[in-house]
Amino acid sequence: MLEFLNQIINGLSLGSIYALVALGYTMVYGIIRLINFAHGEIYMFGAFAGMLAITVLRLPFFLALIFAMVVSALLGVVIERVAYKPLRKSSKTAALITAIGISFLLQNVTAMVMGNNTSAFPQVFDQKVYDFGGIRINSLQILIFGVTIVLMFLLQFIVLKTKLGRAMRSVAVDKDASVLMGVNVDNTITITFAIGSALAAAAGVLIGLYHIRVVFWMGTAPGLKAFVAAVFGGIGSIPGAMIGGFAIGLMEAMVAGYGGSMWSPYRDAVVYLLLIIVLLVKPSGLLGKNVKEKV
Amino acid sequence: MKKLISLLAALLVMGSLAACSAGSEEKVDTIKIGVNLELTGDVSVYGVPERKAFEQAVSEVNAAGGIDGKLVELVIYDNAYDQAKAVQNTEKLIEDGVVAILGSATSGMTMAIAPVAKDNGLLVFTPSGTNSAVTMDGTVVNPWVFRSCFIDPFQGRVLANFASNDLAAKKVVIMVNSGSEYSKELARIFTEQLNKNGGEVVETASYADSDTDYKASLTSLSSKEFDVLFVADYAKNAGLIIGQARSTAGLEDVKIIGPDGFEDPTLNDLAGGAQNVNNVFFSTHFSTLSNNEKVVKFVEDYKAFTNEESVSVFAALAYDAAYMLFAAIDAADSTDPQAIRDSLESLPSFSGVTGDISFDELHNAVKPAFLIELNNGVAVNATIVNP
Repeated sequence: MLEFLNQIINGLSLGSIYALVALGYTMVYGIIRLINFAHGEIYMFGAFAGMLAITVLRLPFFLALIFAMVVSALLGVVIERVAYKPLRKSSKTAALITAIGISFLLQNVTAMVMGNNTSAFPQVFDQKVYDFGGIRINSLQILIFGVTIVLMFLLQFIVLKTKLGRAMRSVAVDKDASVLMGVNVDNTITITFAIGSALAAAAGVLIGLYHIRVVFWMGTAPGLKAFVAAVFGGIGSIPGAMIGGFAIGLMEAMVAGYGGSMWSPYRDAVVYLLLIIVLLVKPSGLLGKNVKEKV
Repeated sequence: MKKLISLLAALLVMGSLAACSAGSEEKVDTIKIGVNLELTGDVSVYGVPERKAFEQAVSEVNAAGGIDGKLVELVIYDNAYDQAKAVQNTEKLIEDGVVAILGSATSGMTMAIAPVAKDNGLLVFTPSGTNSAVTMDGTVVNPWVFRSCFIDPFQGRVLANFASNDLAAKKVVIMVNSGSEYSKELARIFTEQLNKNGGEVVETASYADSDTDYKASLTSLSSKEFDVLFVADYAKNAGLIIGQARSTAGLEDVKIIGPDGFEDPTLNDLAGGAQNVNNVFFSTHFSTLSNNEKVVKFVEDYKAFTNEESVSVFAALAYDAAYMLFAAIDAADSTDPQAIRDSLESLPSFSGVTGDISFDELHNAVKPAFLIELNNGVAVNATIVNP
């Protein structure tokens, strides 16, 4: 039983990361119906930006986290303006392929600039382990979970309580009507990219601190899993992405912890299998709305 | 430009060597041994110390009167880590009339020259080609290729003996990378040997090569009762596993053992800092930390001969390869390449600086390994462990 509770803690730490990345997927999809496959690379970029902020700029951790989020938000905005905006009127396939292209571009540029070797994220905190009657939580796991929850509340506040949030929701529902109501659609989309990218960067910095290994291809698998999380929760739905992220993290921890040598190497496969099952049973995801798209 | 410079350098080296060998042709009583090494290029860090160790061995054997009264002479060519050049070098060495070839440092170059050497009946002796295919010709052994290093999976045997005898471990758990042959072979051979020693592998946890989160597997292992954790992988995963194990309840101080893949400057960083790398042991081919008298003497002599501060693993392996070849020539009582090959193959156990070496039926070295203990990320101790 204790082991099971410890596995839940492992799963929640990992799930926090997936949830943060999944939010970006779901927000961008919600607003322009684009699956931004370059999103995993923003997460990778964020990890590198955080690492450089600590090692080169010598910033303390939380400033480095904010620095990485700001820089990655800018990168997200640039990508949106340069690569996606000109294609907004073209077919969705064109934008999707561009997203994949951007993903490769970011990976390769990072490999070129930072080298294709593994770098180690500087360990700025002494890890402490807290024991609650056999349930062991280490300080990094608390940090990851805490930062994730704070960012999620912040996001919910922005989306539900601010003018900007209302603009985002209205663009998501009907772009043309929003224009007529005086919403600046372009700016709203850009800000959505900025927020999504900042969240992914935060995830990147946290995972850097937690897993230590930072390398140019580190965004691919978590990016895909976060996408699965977004679909699982219902793509377009913000609470759905959060629930989806935690669910994927927990599932991975359970497969790795209890799968034995037979199943544990295939924990990623189990996650993708889940995607297929969700798509078969409930195509709109856990909290997704079943909207018929006009053809 | 860089290529041009290295080409010029290579030409200069060859020129001067050609001059040497031309000058010494009048001497009748020399034994010419070919050297085909990566002296420039990406992996010159392997080839250069091997060349120095070959030269040291030759200068020692000549100072002691040579082999059967004949002086030994090296004919050295640089293959610049280029397969075509390695083959050309081999053809030149055959023209030069060498009796055997020492090298190359890498598996790739050794495999490139093996067919040429075989066709011309000349043995190739690599100090450091660890790929298991190096001594093979398809599915059978290539009679003309030998090596003085052990192959990667062989370390599983030594590590199992170390766990049983030196760490007195009865129960072991293994972390194995299901995407790596290196890892799976090590785990398989380790398990076999541990069972022979009366030990038991309690649990084998697998992970995929790209995994970075091992907390779940480690948490699950921590509920088992065991003495030693064997992490059969390279530093890129093993470092993370060590770091994450140290923050997992019950695994804070557990002894962790691993193969030569641990020998990597990034291990401490990936483990989250040197303070996490305690009670960690790994096997390798050679260590200057050993207080074995042969090792101590070799280290002193090598430093004096080369004016260098450090002695690499490659130098030690090359030094043993050179002496094994000398012993084979001596025992053959002949400079006929076929006779030397037969003599090397049937060489009884040879006692070198990297331990007592003999060949198995696939011409792989059967020999001890050096088990290095890491304390705060620093190597503090080396134990020689027999297979």
